[in-house]
Amino acid sequence: MAGSTSEKLQVHWAKTRNLTWLVLVIWAVFSLVIPGFAKELNSMTFIGFPLGFYFCAQGSLIVFVLLIFFQNWKQDAIDDEAGVGE
Amino acid sequence: MQGKFVDNLPKVYGLYTGGFVLFIILMAVLEQMGMSAANIGILFVAFTIVIYALIGWLSRTMEVEAYYVAGREVPAVYNGMATAADWMSGASFVALAGGIYFGGYPYLGFIVGWTGGYVLVNALMAPYLRKFGCYTVPDFIGTRYGGNLARFCAVVILVVASFTYVTAQINATGTIAARALQIPFEVGVWVGLLGILFCSMLGGMRAVTWTQVAQYIVLIIAYLVPVIWMSNKQGFGLIPHFSYGEAVQRIQELEPAVKLGLKAASNVPGLAILTNPHNAPGGGADSWKFITLAICMMAGTASLPHILMRYFTTPSVRQARKSVAYSLFFIFLLYFTAPALATLTKLQLLDPTLATSIIGKSIAEVGNLSWIQNWSSVGMLKIVDGNADGILQLNEFFMRADIVVLATPEIAGLPYVISGLVAAGGMAAAMSTADGLLLAIANALSHDLYYKIIDPKADTKLRLVVARVLLIGIGALAAFVASMKLTGILGAVAWAFCFACSGLFFPLVLGIWWKRANRAGAIAGMVCGFVAGAAYLWYIRTGGDVWWVIDHLRFGIVGMPVSLIAMVVVSLMTAEPDAETQAMVDEVRNPSGDTILKGH
Repeated sequence: MAGSTSEKLQVHWAKTRNLTWLVLVIWAVFSLVIPGFAKELNSMTFIGFPLGFYFCAQGSLIVFVLLIFFQNWKQDAIDDEAGVGE
Repeated sequence: MQGKFVDNLPKVYGLYTGGFVLFIILMAVLEQMGMSAANIGILFVAFTIVIYALIGWLSRTMEVEAYYVAGREVPAVYNGMATAADWMSGASFVALAGGIYFGGYPYLGFIVGWTGGYVLVNALMAPYLRKFGCYTVPDFIGTRYGGNLARFCAVVILVVASFTYVTAQINATGTIAARALQIPFEVGVWVGLLGILFCSMLGGMRAVTWTQVAQYIVLIIAYLVPVIWMSNKQGFGLIPHFSYGEAVQRIQELEPAVKLGLKAASNVPGLAILTNPHNAPGGGADSWKFITLAICMMAGTASLPHILMRYFTTPSVRQARKSVAYSLFFIFLLYFTAPALATLTKLQLLDPTLATSIIGKSIAEVGNLSWIQNWSSVGMLKIVDGNADGILQLNEFFMRADIVVLATPEIAGLPYVISGLVAAGGMAAAMSTADGLLLAIANALSHDLYYKIIDPKADTKLRLVVARVLLIGIGALAAFVASMKLTGILGAVAWAFCFACSGLFFPLVLGIWWKRANRAGAIAGMVCGFVAGAAYLWYIRTGGDVWWVIDHLRFGIVGMPVSLIAMVVVSLMTAEPDAETQAMVDEVRNPSGDTILKGH
């Protein structure tokens, strides 16, 4: 891992940015796209729920919670790799 | 002393939770021994308020770091609980399930918006603002962009958004205090304010943090216990959250049979009949309404200063991120319960095969139910036999949306002690949010306006005295406005989110994520976005045509793009920020090392 501190920080920031984009895409799918197609999804059921209703009332919420824990886990790894973890 | 306290948190709050559970059991015993429902309600609300005030008094401080950011030593899990209490207002606790009960699918936009926003907080804001080391949100704007004008614009938007929000919360505390303590609403508002000030005045952020943790414990117990108990008693399953899917489908089957959508013969002011289907998204305009509401609520979440400032209190950047995750988890526990509560309560009233049902029964029989009598007597519920056939139809049953949560224990036939618990929970939710909001306003005025702009040489003692005087003054003003009952609780809350996202969202995000953003751009973004949003609100409230179904709940959809365009265009037209500012942005992106602002 040769390279100056500023190079390391540049790599760190590039990785952080990519992770953030990934998180934002997943976020947009579950907060905007899926609820928008609730009508179509309601023709299916999941554990007894109409699927469109399920996502708006529960499914997307579970994804958000897991998504933040996932992002933090990945971000901690990125920080540690660049030597800027705590 | 304080260090010892932070080390002992699990023990302290474990004892507190155990004590609260014992108190509930004691109340249940007293109820069996014949204590009146009214006295149980009074004891629940009074006991919890005294506890919060005691915590507030024990956390008093004269140190700036403790007053503004709780000494930056709040562990992630506890900051998560405090944020959850800060976040979940009287509207979430009292009005949300009622909104879903009456509104159905469109209303779930609030649920998605108020949880999804935390993904934005975590991805775009909280860790970077924590690294910055500011005391308030305008502190970040003022330092990143430089100059008093930028700081001042941020203070103005913060005050408008938070003040709109806090009047709704004090309104909610007044409503609950009035009902539980049996005093007039106008007096209840001031009683609620007194409790709120006790929690925040002496210890600032430190006191608010530790009372909010206590308030979260009360409010989550008060929300989950009745729903789970009701579900078990009525046979909807052990944990209703995963088994109410059939109930949703059953309601959809029943809706045509109970003639949903039929208008009432006459209207009752302030009350409503159920007319919206529970789950019937129509695609097209319905989807657009859902998405626009969710965007406003999510971007508003990521711009509301009373939430962002909670992440300034953690010991490190990593702990700040971790506490966002815990915040959302603790919030999720309530938000994924609300639709279950709305669905099961509705089914209990509609389904003729259930003993609790009222629709289709004779009006004389329904009129004898004690919960119908209790809520009718305070004007929150009314039965009008529109077609004079002596049978209760869906369009003859009028109710206030706000009482769905409060009446659920009684509908399901639970003991009154549960209703007392729910009142204490609603009080905790409204008080904790009002605390956080009042502190955000007073801190912005005392730190950013007074100390940074008016008198930078003021000493510590004077600054903290100014902060407290402002807290009392703003609290009194908010209580005065609340006692005039200008707006409903929910409308005011949605407005606060739209004001915040119109003015602050892009200046905050781009301050971290776009190095080229400069002072002129940020000022243009704040002013244009805020003015455009506010002007559109004024335009539709004075009878203007609503564009593309963007109504007063979602005017941030107008403000945000204006803010973004103004900020980008003006930034590009003016000189790029100096090297020092650019280096500062680089430093914000590095999670290790010292904060950028040191020793205010």
